Amino acid sequence: MEKIYDVIILGAGPAGLSAGLYAGRSRLSTLIIEKGVDGGQIAITNEIENYPGQVLEGETGPSLIARMTEQAKKFGAERISDTINSVELDGEIKKVVCSNGTYQGKTVIIATGAKHRNIGCENEEKFIGKGISFCATCDASFFEDFEVYVVGGGDAAVEEAMYLTKFARKVTVIHRRNELRAAKSIQEKAFKNPKMAFMWDSVVVKVDGDELLNKMYVKNVKTGEITTVEADPDDGLFGLFGFIGLLPNTELFEGKIDLDKGYVKTDDNLHTNVPGVFAAGDLRIKVLRQVVTAAADGAIAATEAEHYLAHKK
Amino acid sequence: MLELDKTTFEKEVLQATGKVVVDFYGNGCVSCEALMPHVHALAEKYGSDTLKFCALNTSKARRLAIGQKILGLPVIAVYENGVMIDSCVKEAATPAAVEAMLKKYC
Repeated sequence: MEKIYDVIILGAGPAGLSAGLYAGRSRLSTLIIEKGVDGGQIAITNEIENYPGQVLEGETGPSLIARMTEQAKKFGAERISDTINSVELDGEIKKVVCSNGTYQGKTVIIATGAKHRNIGCENEEKFIGKGISFCATCDASFFEDFEVYVVGGGDAAVEEAMYLTKFARKVTVIHRRNELRAAKSIQEKAFKNPKMAFMWDSVVVKVDGDELLNKMYVKNVKTGEITTVEADPDDGLFGLFGFIGLLPNTELFEGKIDLDKGYVKTDDNLHTNVPGVFAAGDLRIKVLRQVVTAAADGAIAATEAEHYLAHKK
Repeated sequence: MLELDKTTFEKEVLQATGKVVVDFYGNGCVSCEALMPHVHALAEKYGSDTLKFCALNTSKARRLAIGQKILGLPVIAVYENGVMIDSCVKEAATPAAVEAMLKKYC
């Protein structure tokens, strides 16, 4: 087989690109593998107000990421589009098996991030993009003057629900508890909004429709009672948005590195339990999952990879 | 890439003979914006007399999009003789997945 990289970085979000920049700048031969577009979750984020230095007018997630990509490239990091199918992390040389080829590296930085958690109801996959969405900024405008339901009770769910009231004629929050988890200030605004309604102690168990979503079954978790929600016949459809947290993208690493509830366990210097394998970003056990902490992780992981390589020589 | 609107979609896609690829996007859809340059590159690579590439801003053609059973973006769809025969929707619409789909039809 061909080239053996010093560092292979899995994922091109803020953590992976930051690791790529640091590794490239340290003159390590660096490969970044990403299956989609760069940026991960911030690729679908319109506004980023809390990344230090992020004060440019009209800056979006993708425009910030485009600069991160350019910067990593400038320092020599190679970036390829491929889907990772499996990894072999033990031993001196790690292998990353992708759809278009197998790549070898002396170290691996796992930065595959996290994605939204599915609602978890029957028929869900069939209606994604057909009424079910996890991205309000992408899809809210389809529901102008229609009814929309939002699953969740945290800050994101309530804020996105209020954003959706700008489009929908009514937004109902379906929450599995009898009170919201969102910050009090957000709750106050939500309760005052005349377009907002709430279904407490409730979970969506099944969705249905004729191509587009127009029916769902909602279960009261206390009484077990099932309510059928149907679209207004004049509408013929409704929207269902899920905002119930994140799931780490770590299925590929199960049984290969130490995980806890899917999140990667690392020490303070971002080493996993496998020598030469590091983790950075949202997939790690940590208190704050933000662009700034992901970028910091990437820098630390790349620097530690460099130390690891120096000790091997 | 031919930019469509609600008045030209019918003629250019639904009444077209042969295959047409449509990039459905929308204002404020950041993931559409991120995918678009990749679709433009694919149009350069695979566009031909038998595979036409178009784009439709659904924010200005909401009813039309809903009529095509689209309620989530982005969608890259392949039409043949006016019928949608394949599509990559939302998160499944990665540059690699779109390219794999297009290869089947050129």
